[in-house]
Amino acid sequence: MIRFAFDPAWTETISAPFMVNAFAAGVCIALAAGVMGYFTIARHSTFAAHALAHIGLPGATGAVLLGLPVSAGLGAFALGGALVIGALGKRASQREIATGTVLAFATGMGLFFARLSSQASAQMQSILFGSIITITDGQIRGFMVFDAVLLAVLAVVYRPLLFSSLDEQVARAKGVPVGAMNLVFMAMMAGVITIAVPAVGTLLIFALVITPAATANIVTASPFAAMATATLICLASIWGGLVLAAMFPVPPSFVIVTISTLFWAVAKAIEALRR
Amino acid sequence: MDDCIVFDDAAVARGGTRIWQHGTFSIETGSVTAIVGTNGTGKTTMMQVELGLIPLAAGRVTVLGEPAGRANDRIGYVPQSYTDDIDSSLTAEQSVLLGLTGTRFGIHPVTRAQRAKAREAMRFVGVEDKARMRLSQLSGGLRQRVAIAQALVCDPQLLMLDEPLANLDLASQRSVVHVLARLNRELGTTIQVVAHDLNMLLPILTGAVYLLDGHPHYAAMDDVLDSTLLTHLYGTRVQVVTTPQGDMFVTPNALDERDGAVPDTHDVEEVAEFHDHDHHGRQHTDPKEVA
Repeated sequence: MIRFAFDPAWTETISAPFMVNAFAAGVCIALAAGVMGYFTIARHSTFAAHALAHIGLPGATGAVLLGLPVSAGLGAFALGGALVIGALGKRASQREIATGTVLAFATGMGLFFARLSSQASAQMQSILFGSIITITDGQIRGFMVFDAVLLAVLAVVYRPLLFSSLDEQVARAKGVPVGAMNLVFMAMMAGVITIAVPAVGTLLIFALVITPAATANIVTASPFAAMATATLICLASIWGGLVLAAMFPVPPSFVIVTISTLFWAVAKAIEALRR
Repeated sequence: MDDCIVFDDAAVARGGTRIWQHGTFSIETGSVTAIVGTNGTGKTTMMQVELGLIPLAAGRVTVLGEPAGRANDRIGYVPQSYTDDIDSSLTAEQSVLLGLTGTRFGIHPVTRAQRAKAREAMRFVGVEDKARMRLSQLSGGLRQRVAIAQALVCDPQLLMLDEPLANLDLASQRSVVHVLARLNRELGTTIQVVAHDLNMLLPILTGAVYLLDGHPHYAAMDDVLDSTLLTHLYGTRVQVVTTPQGDMFVTPNALDERDGAVPDTHDVEEVAEFHDHDHHGRQHTDPKEVA
């Protein structure tokens, strides 16, 4: 029988060094996911974003096979996939059948690589479902560098990216380099996925990158407020997940995804009642 | 008056096939022009050519005194966008502001002057009270007017609209036409509209570019409003009816007519002979004379 016993020593658990790392990682991931989630929804590229995580899977298991860091393989494959989808244009990211087919193939290839070595096989579950409590100091430094780069790039391209995301035809006529914006967006998306996968894994990433942004879109009416709100929802989900996972014997990824989904469901219900 | 748009033997091809060619005409500054033609004749393509988004296969197109695409910062463009589902979280005001700030790289907080400009554009089209509403909460007609406000906010000399009346109810169509009429009259904006159905636009049109037999032609409105030409243009029997409010053209179906009705219409084959095919010269036989 499964026992969901409350652990009274949870305060000690959350002050352990690995948990402190997990909380810090949560901040970095929430910021990146919250900001990029808005653009992903505005560009109708949510499925492409989801697919990128799966395209990263063979990179992740392949990296383990070669003795490289998981993030390096995941990042390289996600970036490669992102640039191909980006080069095909914004319309291509809406081509659900092509994207879905590549997604399935990539997932299969990820499984194949994992089976080639026992070590990769052992890592498979944490790649698929995340393992936020095993994040290292080095990874956190990497996350912080990525966040800094992401915010710096966004500071430069914010308005043209927003314009081309919301109103591509007019933006193109007005001289916004729409193709370049698409590549920038996809490359940043690959980065966000690379840092978010350690938290919830490739399978659950939608709930961390897209769902909080969708919730924020319901409760706020400006792009900037939506990004800030999505970041806070993301952070609340990750931190809440960590605390609850310390109190009860449940996987953090499960609680993170559950909290994120609950926020969305409540916002949707309130929105429906107001109509 | 000087010319706003000049076509000089312009041709456009896509995938090896010519969409249209031998386009030679000019459109005056301060005019209101419709681009008409049946589906697939290249109406939207023509607008994209004028914006420099599609390269010409031959000839030249000059817009606002510069080669097509160079003067886009003085052009307001409203694409056919009802089919796109617009992002729900954006407010009308933010959408309009993007017309002013959307092309700028770097950090630029919205200034008070920009906000005032956006309000002014929204006031002009009559959506000022909807500024804080989300686009998804607005009707198609209001959304169309917000899109026009976005195009207006940078004070364009030329406004181009692609099917601005499609999918709108009659009242919304009327209010959009009213906005266009005021723009033209009060601000002197040159206006070009891609349209399927001319009826609603007739009171404000000064002329029309019609895409016929793979060639764009320009004609003043009196010449366009001719049953023979319209019948040929639409490939179905068309009659022009003069009402106290002005001309109207209608496209009746013979089977639906009451007994004894005598419409002024011709068969397509019959009309084809009226039409002049000398497209290189600017001269164009008045279809009325031939008829």
